[in-house]
Amino acid sequence: MTSKNKNANKHYLDTDKYKVDFVKLSKYFFTFSIIITLLGVIVLSIFGLNYGVDFREGSSIDVTVNKELSKAEVDQFIVGQGFTKDHTVQTSSDRVTVRLGDVLTHDQEIKFKKDFQAKFDPKASFEINTVDVEIARELQTNALLSVAIASIGIIIYVSIRFEWRFAIAAIIALLHTSFIVISVFSIFRLEVNLTFILAILTIIGYSINDTVVIFDRIRENLRFAKIKTTDDLITLVNHSISQTMTRSINTVFTVFIAAFCLLLFGSESIRMFSLAMTIGLVCGAYTSIFIASPLWLVLKNKAKKQNEASKATT
Amino acid sequence: MKRVVAFWLIVVVSAGVMAWTTPGLLKDIRLGLDLKGGFEILYQAQPLDANGKVTKEALLQTAKSLEKRANALGTSEPEIYPEGTDRIRVKIAGIKNEEEVREIMKKPADLTFRSAEGGKADAKTDLEKYPKIELRGDDFVENGAELTYSQLREPQIAIKIKDKKKFQEISQRLLGKNLAIFLDDRLLSDPVVNGVFTDGTAVISGSYSVEEAKEMRDTINLGALPLKLNEKYSNSVEATLGQKSLNATMIASLIGCGIILLFMLVFYRLPGAIACFTLISFTWLLLLVFKLANITLTLPGIAAFVLGIGMAVDANIITYERVKEELRSGKSILSSFKAGSRTSLRTIIDSHVTTMIAAAVLFALGTGTVKGFALILILTIITSLLTNVVFSRFLMDLLLKDGVGHKLGYFGVKEREVRDL
Repeated sequence: MTSKNKNANKHYLDTDKYKVDFVKLSKYFFTFSIIITLLGVIVLSIFGLNYGVDFREGSSIDVTVNKELSKAEVDQFIVGQGFTKDHTVQTSSDRVTVRLGDVLTHDQEIKFKKDFQAKFDPKASFEINTVDVEIARELQTNALLSVAIASIGIIIYVSIRFEWRFAIAAIIALLHTSFIVISVFSIFRLEVNLTFILAILTIIGYSINDTVVIFDRIRENLRFAKIKTTDDLITLVNHSISQTMTRSINTVFTVFIAAFCLLLFGSESIRMFSLAMTIGLVCGAYTSIFIASPLWLVLKNKAKKQNEASKATT
Repeated sequence: MKRVVAFWLIVVVSAGVMAWTTPGLLKDIRLGLDLKGGFEILYQAQPLDANGKVTKEALLQTAKSLEKRANALGTSEPEIYPEGTDRIRVKIAGIKNEEEVREIMKKPADLTFRSAEGGKADAKTDLEKYPKIELRGDDFVENGAELTYSQLREPQIAIKIKDKKKFQEISQRLLGKNLAIFLDDRLLSDPVVNGVFTDGTAVISGSYSVEEAKEMRDTINLGALPLKLNEKYSNSVEATLGQKSLNATMIASLIGCGIILLFMLVFYRLPGAIACFTLISFTWLLLLVFKLANITLTLPGIAAFVLGIGMAVDANIITYERVKEELRSGKSILSSFKAGSRTSLRTIIDSHVTTMIAAAVLFALGTGTVKGFALILILTIITSLLTNVVFSRFLMDLLLKDGVGHKLGYFGVKEREVRDL
């Protein structure tokens, strides 16, 4: 071993033994993730998502009121307005949320406001969002297309900067992250609207960010390490993960704090965004630490075995 | 010593500039309709006549006339632009008479040619001066107006009227007088009738520029075939609710940022303090960019902004963790900092670029809210690289090269963690 190599190798060879054997634990995490994914698939196929007006068509009305209204009285009011399609009503101490299947016309909107103010609260303040079916469909395809294209772009970039195995592992990790968030929203019947898509895309950005930082360390350690056996590779991956652990946790913690504050104190209008972000950040940290790198290892080992097999036959 | 002096000078001066300019910047930032009330509508244009077609010029002209209407109603900085082949997006923030504005915006373009017959001598407005409607938009041949040039190469507009007799009568009666052209009760031009037009055609000339003549042609064609606007998407927020959202989100952002700053300070000590300072600079610089690029700040925008702070912090965390590692391996503080900065740069670039790819895709494909969010995310990433990589390293460099802060404790590293080389 040359002295230069020795010096560089020290990066992890000299470190105290890593505390957690991530690779060994990974089989539990893989199982866990597969179960979660299957659950998600089942829930999604049975219940689907609770689409907001952005992706369905109809009108959503958010009213800020100064006194608490009961669900029943708002419900009665809506029926009295003569809307024919389904509607849902939610009330809290200072807010009434109504989702209508009907697409409100401007005149209906004015009438609704006027009647509501006359009946319940003259100081009520409204946010009304109406989406036509055509636009709703367009927004939905657009969102899916964005996710697909962004993923392809990331695969290409990571493949160029690293290698394709890293790209595959990274994409599986980030798809897994977003799928968990989507499943959670499906299970708890949370509303999926345009800001939810924004959240998913931001999570993808963060999740890939996390994964890339760990992969970067693996790549760096690989450059100086002499890998002979599968065990060497396992040791290297374990070291890489534990070396970047503090960074992963600290970064997720700071962004988590930001998202969590938005969730707790922020405006109602972006509550679903903040919630999706908060869940997504935790899932993202989980997948990038426990899923992405072990997955890369699985891919890498397969290649190694094939290599050895082909060598053996020649 | 020189560098330390420079360090303090930079810190004090930039802190002063930031403290001095921030109130003004905050006041100048354009708030979106979800933060100060207003509405956003996506119209789909449809010709009033079933056989008609929505042309690109007609759409553009409709958007322009909508903007003029909005301005005439006293709204501030309406954002109105055509989208796709047959849509127009209208965003108007901070208005009180929403219902009136929405009602007026929906009306098709109203083109009239008027004369001064019956007008009062002391007319104050153009409408009072030209009260009598001689021709309406539907009197014109569809797409009949054309841009032509006089023998002197001056641009002029050729028009065609459906009813030749009517036009002949009008031109006879108004010979030598003005025939004023109005769009939505707004005077565009008042040329003088200089002949009797018998074949239903006429030429409007004057000292128009080519641009003006083109606009006039498009206006007349639009008037002949006005577009009907259907609301496909609408979002209206009342001012009180917007204000409430703004306050809540501001408080949330401040608390979030406060905790992040505290965390950095406790965990990373001296470099943490530098990171706090550069984070504040980052926020200030971003506000400045918002103002200079005239970007509208919306709720999702604020969310992108807060998450951007997370990205900016990450750049510091990656670097400082790397520096800590180097320190633990027993290197000197200066060389640890150098090595840590160098090796972490590649990681930071890679992770920022991947996020940037996602943001760029959103920007390219998205419309409305999504586009705004993506734009702010992209700006955030670039600004974060400037302040939290370039600026923070520069500041640390100034200190460390002068021998200040050469103590492991300042970096949050304990003596016993350091291995011998």
